[in-house]
Order: sequence, then structure tokens, then C-alpha cells
Amino acid sequence: MTAQPLLDVRDLTVEFSTRRGIVKAVQHVDISVAKGETLAIVGESGSGKSVTSYAVMRILDRAGRIAEGSVMFSGVDVKAADESAMRDLRGREISMIFQNPRAALNPIRKVGQQIEDVLKQHAQAAASDRAEKAIAALEQVKIARPRERYHAYPFELSGGMCQRVVIALALACNPQLLIADEPTTGLDVTTQKAVMDLVVELTRSRGMSTILITHDLGLAAAYCDRVVVMEKGRVVETAKAADIFGNPQHPYTRKLMRATPRLGVSLRELLPEDEASSSLQAQSVIAGLDPAIHPTSQESVEVMHPRVKPGGDEGSAEGHRSAGSLRPLLLVDKLVKEYPRQGASATLSKLFGRKPAVEPEVFRAVDGISFTVGHGESVGLVGESGCGKSTTSMMVMRLLDQTSGRISFDGEEIGNILPQAFARLPLRSRIQMVFQDPTDSLNPRFTAARAIADPILQLGDVKGRDALRARCEELATMVGLPHNLLDRFPHQLSGGQKARVGIARAIALHPKLVILDEPTAALDVSVQAVVLNLLQDLKQQLGMSYLFVSHDLNVVRLLCDRVIVMRSGRIVEQGSAERVLGDPQDAYTRELLTAIPHPPLPAH
Amino acid sequence: MSTVAPTLEPAVSTRTSGLVALIGHARYVLAENKVTGFAFGLLVVILFAAIFGPWIVPYDPLASDTASALKPPSAAHWFGTDQLGRDIFSRVVVATRLDTFIAVASVALVFFLGGLAGVAAGFFGGWTDRIVGRIADTIMAFPLFVLAMGIVAALGNTVQNIIIATAIVNFPLYARVARAEANVRRNAGFVQAARLSGNSEMRILLGHILPNIMPIMIVQMSLTMGYAILNAAGLSFIGLGVRPPTAEWGIMVAEGASFMVSGEWWIALFPGLALMIAVFCFNLLGDGLRDIVDPQRRT
Repeated sequence: MTAQPLLDVRDLTVEFSTRRGIVKAVQHVDISVAKGETLAIVGESGSGKSVTSYAVMRILDRAGRIAEGSVMFSGVDVKAADESAMRDLRGREISMIFQNPRAALNPIRKVGQQIEDVLKQHAQAAASDRAEKAIAALEQVKIARPRERYHAYPFELSGGMCQRVVIALALACNPQLLIADEPTTGLDVTTQKAVMDLVVELTRSRGMSTILITHDLGLAAAYCDRVVVMEKGRVVETAKAADIFGNPQHPYTRKLMRATPRLGVSLRELLPEDEASSSLQAQSVIAGLDPAIHPTSQESVEVMHPRVKPGGDEGSAEGHRSAGSLRPLLLVDKLVKEYPRQGASATLSKLFGRKPAVEPEVFRAVDGISFTVGHGESVGLVGESGCGKSTTSMMVMRLLDQTSGRISFDGEEIGNILPQAFARLPLRSRIQMVFQDPTDSLNPRFTAARAIADPILQLGDVKGRDALRARCEELATMVGLPHNLLDRFPHQLSGGQKARVGIARAIALHPKLVILDEPTAALDVSVQAVVLNLLQDLKQQLGMSYLFVSHDLNVVRLLCDRVIVMRSGRIVEQGSAERVLGDPQDAYTRELLTAIPHPPLPAH
Repeated sequence: MSTVAPTLEPAVSTRTSGLVALIGHARYVLAENKVTGFAFGLLVVILFAAIFGPWIVPYDPLASDTASALKPPSAAHWFGTDQLGRDIFSRVVVATRLDTFIAVASVALVFFLGGLAGVAAGFFGGWTDRIVGRIADTIMAFPLFVLAMGIVAALGNTVQNIIIATAIVNFPLYARVARAEANVRRNAGFVQAARLSGNSEMRILLGHILPNIMPIMIVQMSLTMGYAILNAAGLSFIGLGVRPPTAEWGIMVAEGASFMVSGEWWIALFPGLALMIAVFCFNLLGDGLRDIVDPQRRT
């Protein structure tokens, strides 16, 4: 560390005045960043990590203010500087990368022009060579064919490309400090690796300092020199990245570390030590209650036993059958979903008969995939965005009609039932889903109890208000949601509580197959650990099968028996979780696995 | 039975606490936003006049007294008297009922027609959307007041037809707002979840999407309420709609207009002021209402 830090935050306290009085989002925080250093601020939502960086940039919204402490940036007192001095500082000396690259770019301007805007604002280039500099900036972030991409609009680029453009914008004026606020949260794991490698490489080669704000301790430890851990607005630990995994000091850091899914741990080990044992007890209590009230769940447990007759007529079914020749719960055979290609160019070229259409008329989102899910089995469906995994799950759910192929569920052909008709069938209750975004999937005007009761009201057999209420409370107990929260609206619940409501709703009708569409992607790691354990417990209690759609291989490894890896609509590899993730055969699977940030592992 | 009782109790108590919370929230919004509080005060006055008007006014609004015709405002006649000696204060207060009734009825009608058509258009898309969209476009192709005049002239000079005309004229506003809001939500997670719960498309539309659009629709209703009052008064002013001697603000302004030149300003001024205050009140109310009904703002 150099003697004079580039950024020195001393005793920073940030207050927000709200309806409930003053809230201190950040309290007495000390952070310093040396020249050329890469610092990570790690914490869960609400820990004040973003607010700290906003205070450094002085872009707090109206209700917020720096109450105490000082922020010194290379000799400038940020707290006392006037607005025009700050405007010079932002972008030229300190710049920022935001979480959602699409929101950070102006959708109706070409990306090249947007880079020129920054150059113009800070007088970094003359009008004559501005375009060249913008193209050079695009080149530096490794955008292929920068001259063409200069004229691209943000919607024409992928998420990873947009984030590269945002990085190019942030670095256009050679700032001394780059603040990256969750720069890869919305991106695929291979894109995350590419973007993070790029950020680290660019900042190292320019001798810049970087603050990486993230909730992912693994990412922080893999890419940064030092790590600052924040909890509830306070810094609880500051350590070298190499040390923090090996020798965490603060209990919160240890809890966070335990909760991070990684190689060589079981699902139970993600929970804090004291809670891991208590949750097991709670589970046995619930399990003791259950059979009396859940005739259906018992039934499905029976179905699991090998008294089902062999599916001799399913001769065409391919794929691995760990359950031997038993009839699988779900059988998907040569499933295809095609979408017509957008855009007038194809029609125009056909009209004038100039260019022969190189691309086919239709786009195959799902291209002839076949797989099975056995009774009581968890199958992971893994792939990056756009690989067709969500489309597949939508078709299995009968929310979307397929172009061709068969879907058979528990011996019944459901592939030929139109989605609209399926909604009212009793079979609907057998296949349920837990959605990715717990906030989006709950009706903002329904209380938790009403949301859980909705499927029961439509398809269930519970009659009467009191019986319904009792059933909701029973489900709430099963998912660990306190009863007094049942009358709250979604916005009054935390992310983890909303996830529990979504799970309670999905299991309300005793489904046999639950599709989990990245159920923990929007949650903090410690909440994710609890929710994953809950899902595992429920599966065992109720004898359900899971189709787990995810991009997070570490999570899939923990929860799933079998894994299916998809890429551009096709299955590239499938097999048992240990085999596929431990000894991948396909190059793409290996690429996915190496892209996971590998922090220095703790010595066991 | 004893097992049922404990589960019933919290449900009841939380329901009342929800109401208490709503009132508390409303009080917070009113205290925070003085303008909204003022608008609510005005609304209370307007509603009071509309409901109790005929019983509290000092004179019969229709009784003429030629001996005291065209008297300026005085202690006996606060707003003065008109050319037939009718007390203007009594007429202004009594007219509140008719004017607010026309406005409320037409807004309710257009909310029902336009709101539902718009929600359906936004949710189902396709042909529903095209048909609703073209109907709205057709209505908007005419100058709205001229269209309202035409409808009343064609259907006949009754209160009922004024209500229908005002509703038709406002149809595009409601259909478009409802369509846009429903369209954003048609593929939201909670709509998919409702499908999984076995809700039919119609039930999703009415039970899941519509309640989420209500805050915006209520704001829209409040804003068009002012316009509906103006529209009704305007129709009466040009002689279409409510007929004399009924007390109605538009007619009163029309009658008073000819006396302005000769200096009897009070005949047109006071009904005009009442009109202005009513429109002003409903417009101010819109934003305040949104804060109260939107659960996202309630913490």
C-alpha cells in the first residue's frame, strides 16, 4: 500500500430522512483505496454497500445526505466540493459501472455517439478525432468489429456486449477510480468471467484503482486485492482477499462464506452452524404432523415405489434412465419450439429475389430435445440465457404450446392439450412452478394468504373460509413463514419471505412435479441457503420431483440428482450431477465450469 | 368448534387493522400534502351541498319573486337574485346535485365501458385490441365537444343523454390508459402464476389484472370528473341538455351572460365560480387519491 491513498473515506455516516424518521444507511465506515488497488465491498442487500459508493460520487438522492465523516479523493474533499467541481470529477476522475447495462445506456442513441458524449463533456478529444477515439474505446473492451458496432443501438447488442459498452464509456476519459456496482449480476457465468477479466485487465494496465461492489464473496475474492465486508451499514471486516476465505474473523463473514455454494459442501453445510441442527428438528416435527393431513402426498410416495409396470410402450424414449425401466414421471420426446424470424429483411430479400435467404425462416428456440424426470428425482436444466431452458420449462408447464414433439406426464399425453384448456384441468394441479423473481410473481394487491389460497380456490377441494385459512397457515408453517405475515402485502415482505410465499403457493395442491425457475437467483446468499434447504426438505416430505432450471452450477450440484446441459436449444450433455459436473465430457460444460469464479479455497 | 375459533380471530382482527392502517395512511398523505388535504376539504363541501342542498338553502330555487328581481348580493340574498327574482345562492347550491350526478354517472359509465374494453384489449391483444383501438380512434377523430353536441342533438335533450354523450367522448382516454397498463402486465410473473393456479383467462383479467390497474383508473376518473362537469355545463350553456328553469350551473351562466353587459355581474359569476371550484377540486384530487389507493406507497 502506498502512503497516500487515492480514496480515503473516514467515519462516513449517511442518513436518509424517511417517513419513519431518520434512517442511517451507512454508519462510521472507513474505507481506503490505494492507487492501482482493487477493492471489493461485499454485503447482502441493505448492507449499505451501494450507498457508500453513491456517497463517494455524491449522487445520493434528495432524501439522503452525508451526516458525518469525510471523503477525500486524491486531495479533494468530496463532501465540501461544489457541484461543478463534482461534475468534473465524475466521469473524468471517478466513473461507475452499473448493474443493469441496458438501463445505463440511452436506448435511442447509437453506442458510439454515447461514448463521444462523454469525451465531449470532459473535453477529452477534438471534434475531428472524437469518432476515432470512440472506436478505439470500443476496441479496447474487445468488441469485435468496433467500426460496425459504433453504429449499433443498445437493443441490438447482447447483455454482455452492453456491459462492455458501459465499461468503454466509464473508461473513455481514463479515470483514476472505477466503481463497479454489481457489474455482472445480470449476466451469464461465461460472460461474467469475460467481463470481470476485462475489467481487471484494463484497470491493471492503466494503473487504475477499482472498487467492486458485489454480493458474491467468491467473485470478490477471485478478482480483488482486498475485501471489505459490510453488514447493516457497518464495516465488519477488512482483509486481504487471500486471507478472507482461509481465515475469516467476523461471525458475519463466516456466515456469508458458509452460505456460498461451492465445491465439496453439502446443502446442510450452507446453513449457519446453530441453525443447521435446529432446522432438522423443525423438519422432523413437521414430518410427524404431515401424513394425517396429506393423503395425496402419501399417495405420491407410494407411487414412488417400484410397483409401477414397466413402460414397454415407451420404446422410442431416449435419454438416461437412472430409475431403470420404470415409467418416468415426465417424459419429453423430440420437443421443438420454433418462432418465426422477425424483421423485414428476410421478406424483402424474398420479394426482390436478390440474396438467397441464408438464414432459415424460423428460429428454433428448442431443437428436438428428449429427457425424462423420474419419480422423486431432481433434474437440473442448465444453460446460459437464450439456450432454451426457460422455453422448455414453459412448454412442460403447458404455458406455451410446442411446435412438435411429445410431452407425457405420469403416463398421460399432455403435449397435445392446448395451454388455455390445460388451465382448467385437474392435471394442472399436478405440475406447478416456483418463479424466478418472487416480487414479480406475486400479485401486488393480494396478501400472502390470498396468494397461497389462489390455487386452492381454483382447483383445490378445501371449502369454507376457515378451512382455507387453516390450510394457508399449515402451508405457511411448512415453508417456515410466520403466520402473522400472512396478511401482509408482497411489498411488506422481504425477498426471502416472498420466496416462501411463492413456494407455499406452488405446493398448495400437492403437485408431483415442481419446476423451479431459478428460484434463488434474486436472493441473497444466506437466504438462498435457507430456501434451498427448505426446497430439499419439502421434496422429501411430499415426494415431489423437481425440474430445476438454473444457470448456477454450484446450486445445481447441491440440489440435483441429474443434470441436463443445454446450449442453443440442444442438449449437449446429460447424466448424474456428480458425473457431469465432476467429469464433464463436453467442451461447453467444461467452459461453464471454469467460468465460475474460483476463490482461494479454505483449508479444511 | 373450539379449534376453529382461534383461526377465525386473527383473520377478523387483521381485517380491522388493515382499515385502521388505510385511514392512518390517508391521514399521513393528507398531512404531508396540504394541497390534497385542501382538495378533500372542497370535496366534502361539494358532497354536502349535493346531498343536503335542497334542505339547507334559504329559498326555493325555482320560486320567482319579480318584486326583488336583479338585486345585487346582500344579507338577504348572499349571491343576489336573477331576472326572475330567484335566489342565486339557493340555485347554485341546489344545482350541485344535478351537476355532480351527471359527472359521476358518466364517469362510472365510461369507466365500466372504456376501462373493461381497454383492459381486454391490452390483455388479449390481437383482434380485441384492433377493434377497441379503432373505436377509440374513430371517436378521437372528431372535436370532442362537437361530438358530444351531435350525440345530444341526435338522441334528445335529456339528462340521460348528456351522461351517455359525456361517457362516449371520454371513452378513448379510459380505453387507452387501461390498455397500456394491462399490456405491461399481461406476461408478468403473477399472471403466469395465476394461470398455473387454474384461473381462466377471464378471471385473470378481472381478478388479477384489473385490481392492479385501479389506482391509475381512479386517478383518471378524478381527472375526467372535472371535464365531465365542464362538458355537461357546456352543453347546457349552448341550450342542449338540461332545460330551464332547472337549476344547473351551465344554464345559469348562460342566463347571466346577457346581463353582464348591463352590470348585473353576479348572475353569471357565482355559478361560474362554483363550476370552477368543482373542476379544480376534482383535478387536485387525482394525485392525492393515487397516493392513498396505491399499496406500494403504503409502508
